[in-house]
Amino acid sequence: MPAIRAAAPRVLALVAVATCALIPVGTVLVGSVASRWYWPAVIPAEWTLRAWNYVVSGSGGIGGALLTSSGLALVVAALAVALAVPAARVLALHTFRGKRVVLFALLLPMLAPPLAAAMGLHAVFLKAGLADSFTGVVLVHLIPAVPYATLVLTGTFSGFDPDWEAQARTLGASPWSVWTRITLPAIAPGVALAGILAFVVSWSQYVLTLLVGGGRVLTLPLVLVAFQRGGDEAVAAALSIVFVAPVLLLFALTAPLFEDA
Amino acid sequence: MTPTRPRIAAMLLPALLVVIGLFGLGMFEVLQQSVGLGVPVPRESTGPTLSYYAAVLGDREIHASLGLTLWVACISTALSVVCGVGLALGLRHGRRAKRGVHTLLQAPLALPHLVVALATITVFAQSGLLARAAFALGLIDAPAGFPVLVNDSAGIGIILSYAFKEMPFIALVATTLLARRGDGHDEVARTLGASPWQRFRHVTWPFLAPGVGAAGLMIFAYVFSAFETPFLLGQPYPAMLPVVAQQRFMSVDLADRPAAMACALILTAIAAVVVRLYLAAAGPAAGRERPVLF
Repeated sequence: MPAIRAAAPRVLALVAVATCALIPVGTVLVGSVASRWYWPAVIPAEWTLRAWNYVVSGSGGIGGALLTSSGLALVVAALAVALAVPAARVLALHTFRGKRVVLFALLLPMLAPPLAAAMGLHAVFLKAGLADSFTGVVLVHLIPAVPYATLVLTGTFSGFDPDWEAQARTLGASPWSVWTRITLPAIAPGVALAGILAFVVSWSQYVLTLLVGGGRVLTLPLVLVAFQRGGDEAVAAALSIVFVAPVLLLFALTAPLFEDA
Repeated sequence: MTPTRPRIAAMLLPALLVVIGLFGLGMFEVLQQSVGLGVPVPRESTGPTLSYYAAVLGDREIHASLGLTLWVACISTALSVVCGVGLALGLRHGRRAKRGVHTLLQAPLALPHLVVALATITVFAQSGLLARAAFALGLIDAPAGFPVLVNDSAGIGIILSYAFKEMPFIALVATTLLARRGDGHDEVARTLGASPWQRFRHVTWPFLAPGVGAAGLMIFAYVFSAFETPFLLGQPYPAMLPVVAQQRFMSVDLADRPAAMACALILTAIAAVVVRLYLAAAGPAAGRERPVLF
């Protein structure tokens, strides 16, 4: 009996976690193949692939949105990592005056979505001809993406020993071969993880894209909300899956990186 | 080999160009427009004015919105902390299942808020899955008999959605802390005859509080300033502060613009204070922890 009583909270917690993780995904999956799923049916009366055919055909702006979203997230991820590497190295390996200010500047847009800054930037971008453009949206996505990349890479660099580079230099290696043969291989898992996080941050943005893209730069989340608001819940559900699948896949693939980084 | 100050500055520059340059540029424009400078509407005077702040701070809609925002942020944070710590304690000794549980806990963290919000509608709306289950069990006989949990006046749908997303985050933080410390203290307290509640109150919680408290501040700052969830699950009036700022910014009447900017600036100032508190609470750990997606 005592053994059972000790196991009970654990089992309860496990069941709670499993249900909580599975309910949103489950309802969305069922919703995407449901037809005329009216009150009070718990299970849809009819099943159909209409929504999926529609999504796969790429009509209703879905094809374009998918391209825009992937292009945007890839560009943002590459830029964010490139900008983050030198800063992360300094933050991990050195102490300097003003370090807390730099940390604060990184944490603010990461913890509090930069809604206000995006409103101001739209006005600035109007004057610069960047409003409602792909470039403008890339710039505004970088505001939350760079902090994520920087903090991941700071963790990576704190386990990095610069003496390895010094030894290679003593042995006559050029700066380029020090970078490609020593530094980069050592931080590669962190770079991959930082890139993936930056990708996901950009991929999941809704309001920053809406404010700075002015409805001209249509990404997947924008189209998804449009279908939800337009009342086509099956297409919205199918789009949700298309929207979530790469995120979950990336996290599943990188779970071991999380442990290392 | 310590790099020189100019070299440190040069290495920080690319990232700072984004988080201070771009962010600062946007906030500077917000500040200017909130005092009536460079706004796209004709004004009587050309100098700066605080009249838009006075208008925003005297606006009943803003009062209601600020109240709702604080309520939702406090309750979401409290619920995430209580459930998250409970979950971590419940899972404490499950050695074999540990890996699987960790993966399951990561799933809600990775799900975008937008999708969690849409799923909340499907499950908790008056004609949603729970209401249908209640009908099947004979508890209600029409959707109207089910309580309003989505797009409701108390922000219950928003709170449920956030609690679902952030509870695993607290659970992960607490699990990591507990694993680092081991069971020694707990065992000692048990041998000395402490009850489970006494052990939690006087041994486990004081140890967890700083880390979990810092994580709670992260959640508060996020919930206070995020847009998507209250946009989909809130009421049009009163809406949470980020939604009000966005509504006024997008308004066809350009005269609403300065008030939108004042509103957005107040929002950011409050969020900045909370982030500063987080920085103080987390101490040297700030920025060292693995950043999590919200």
